[in-house]
Amino acid sequence: MTKIQIPTPLREYAGKQPTVEVKAGTVAEALSSLVSKHPDLRRHLYTEDGKLRSFVNVYLNDEDVRYLQKEATPVRDSDTISIVPSIAGGRLD
Amino acid sequence: MLRIGKTEFDEIRRHGEETYPHECCGVLLGQMDGDERVVTSIARCGNTRDDSPHNRYNIDPRELIRIQREGRERGEDVVGFYHSHPDHPARWSPTDLAEAHWLGCSYVITSVEKGKATITNSFELAGSDENDKQLVDEKIEAS
Repeated sequence: MTKIQIPTPLREYAGKQPTVEVKAGTVAEALSSLVSKHPDLRRHLYTEDGKLRSFVNVYLNDEDVRYLQKEATPVRDSDTISIVPSIAGGRLD
Repeated sequence: MLRIGKTEFDEIRRHGEETYPHECCGVLLGQMDGDERVVTSIARCGNTRDDSPHNRYNIDPRELIRIQREGRERGEDVVGFYHSHPDHPARWSPTDLAEAHWLGCSYVITSVEKGKATITNSFELAGSDENDKQLVDEKIEAS
């Protein structure tokens, strides 16, 4: 099973678990399986037209999937997917 | 409310002085305890905004993944973040709100005036989603 690490703010929508295990062949399948198990996560991860929100980074192990094959990136049982909302800001108005 | 050890609180402020006139940034680790966030350690991060480090900050997600992993091994979760505002008040900016996405976490801001840390404030990112999120003043208890 592939592990998906859930960031602190989203755990309340994922059964309060830090990690959810899914059976999947690609990153897209893994995320789809995740939101099927925990439907309340969907609006936090996806826009209304079904695209991953721009500030939601998805990493396969230590690699940004945007620089792999995006959501078509293959996953194995030993892999860990991390969902990482971006952390940014600054005094600039 | 944010509960934080004096050592960690001072370390956040020192970090802002060291990176002045650039913004510093880092992660607060500990436990969520109801409406309180209890910080038991902090992790310094690099500011990846090389194009505008005096008024913007960004934490590399890869660095955060490592910090999360190391925190879990100690039984700690990510409970918030900190950054500095060089020569600017310790209040959140529209940019800070627009780019804050960790609901329920604390965002700590330290004003660093002419290289010296002055006021440190903390704000909880409250709300249920991106549409109604807001940064709300919260008390810091440093002891």
